[in-house]
Amino acid sequence: MTRAMTITEKILADHAGLDAVSPGDLVNARVDVALGNDITAPIAIREFRELGAQKVFDRERVILVPDHFTPAKDIKSAIQVKTVREFAMEQELVHWYEGGESGVEHALLPEKGLVVPGDLVIGADSHTCTYGALGAFATGVGSTDLAAAMATGEVWLKVPETIRFVFNGAPGPWVEGKDLVLYTIGKIGVDGALYQAMEFTGPAIDNLSMAGRFTICNMAIEAGGKNGIIAPDAKTLAYVEGRGLRKHTLFSSDPDARYIKTIVFDCSQIEPQVAFPHLPENTRPVSQAGDVPIHQVVIGSCTNGRIEDMRSAARVLKGNKADRRVRLIVIPATPLVWRQAMAEGLFGIFLDAGAVISPPTCGPCLGGHMGILADGERCVATTNRNFVGRMGHAKSEVYLANPAVAAASAVAGKIAHPADVAGK
Amino acid sequence: MQPIEGRVWVFGNDVDTDLIIAARYLNTSDPAELAKHCMEDADPGFAAKVQAGDIIVAGKNFGCGSSREHAPISIKAAGAACVIARDFARIFYRNAFNTGLPILECAGVSGIQSGARLRVDFDKGVITVLDSGETHVTKPIPPFMQELLAAGGLMPYIKRKLAARV
Ligand code: SF4
Repeated sequence: MTRAMTITEKILADHAGLDAVSPGDLVNARVDVALGNDITAPIAIREFRELGAQKVFDRERVILVPDHFTPAKDIKSAIQVKTVREFAMEQELVHWYEGGESGVEHALLPEKGLVVPGDLVIGADSHTCTYGALGAFATGVGSTDLAAAMATGEVWLKVPETIRFVFNGAPGPWVEGKDLVLYTIGKIGVDGALYQAMEFTGPAIDNLSMAGRFTICNMAIEAGGKNGIIAPDAKTLAYVEGRGLRKHTLFSSDPDARYIKTIVFDCSQIEPQVAFPHLPENTRPVSQAGDVPIHQVVIGSCTNGRIEDMRSAARVLKGNKADRRVRLIVIPATPLVWRQAMAEGLFGIFLDAGAVISPPTCGPCLGGHMGILADGERCVATTNRNFVGRMGHAKSEVYLANPAVAAASAVAGKIAHPADVAGK
Repeated sequence: MQPIEGRVWVFGNDVDTDLIIAARYLNTSDPAELAKHCMEDADPGFAAKVQAGDIIVAGKNFGCGSSREHAPISIKAAGAACVIARDFARIFYRNAFNTGLPILECAGVSGIQSGARLRVDFDKGVITVLDSGETHVTKPIPPFMQELLAAGGLMPYIKRKLAARV
């Protein structure tokens, strides 16, 4: 009889070929997917060559997506992308997405069915934790770890302790996955789950869309978490069906699994949130934001660039116009989201509101391009980080919110509650 | 590992990877280029002031944020010999060992001022403030990490493993 385990422990044990693992164990685990992008892959490729490795462990499981500074914003970024492309061609990688095929990696991979429940995914990008929403173990690593995984198909990992979060109650109107995770980070802090797994459970998670679940797991890293994870259910299977390219395995935590702690929230008490500069833990309910005039709004990213996010923004923007002092930038995260938004007529709403519609890219989320802030400028963004200088000048400010709040703020010219703008 | 002595630069809590190396400089992975912008948005003059062998001392959650290995690479290339913090964000922690930047977790260093001189004995896990003689004992580096450091980082470690396989 193996001991009771959490879903995270079960996936790690399975991939390490062990019956059971405990927090603190160091394991060498088999990797289902290894991911890199235009910033992190060039270093990994250099390391891979230095290792003397000839071939990647599996050309279907090493996935490279240039999405950060793409389409290349300058010569240096173009050289980085070229390095990655040439490697992808040389290694005959099956999953290489550039140009009109490219999208923000963490929105793109699930959409294409490249991650399935039960997988172990490492990515040289901190928001790799997004895939936990599929019931996979997914964590961010650096380029050297990626290089090692590309060569060996393995990664060393320390089995984390797990914190269980229970979301009870029904969230009110305009409260999305983003608000639940911002609220959580506000409560536990940016190091509240340092080195630990964050397992999200409870009726409010059961009722949440896959899009909302991706948003929550995406921001586990913002609390210092190693991974965020949600046990797969009928919704997960409906999402994976028709996309999943590989066989999946459904894991879930044993009822008597050991948690380092359990934190319970009542979602009926949670309002739409805004994280003030310069840490995601500086959250406040929108109603207590005060008078904060803004200059830019960005709706997109791996956190909130999915079709549901586009619809949520459009619901608020319909019939409204962005304040003339505000640049409104909408970035559908993938080509499929772009196409869907166009087909659903959302682009008409965005354009009428005065928005710029960008091709899928990380762009301004990390201060890359397509909407960089000057000193003193403030931006409400549906992204995940509001660090100093994250979106441009060191004296600019980023406020994190859900797409409806971001859209409402664009219209009001200051941080605003969607209820105050929609349908006006 | 040989003990080191160096001058201290103090930073606060939650020093994120954008502060260590801002994303606007990530269109290259050249260590010398990255070094020029190390800590720029936290202390614009840092890259010019820091000297080989200096030591960074910080509070909790050092290196939080992105997975960019450019962060430890820029610190190392700027000349810093080691980072001591109350604790580290986990990806930064991995990346530092993988790229051969020595780091130590130590809660006791919070009172140390910029400009102080420290002696760091990695093997014993003892940090000494040279002016006052005050010492701090740190958590030892976990055995597996010591193995990585002894091999010279993750790449040489893997190389050895791959060689053993064939
Ligand atoms: S959208 Fe932003 S957070 Fe997400 S992968 Fe791109 S840069 Fe990183």
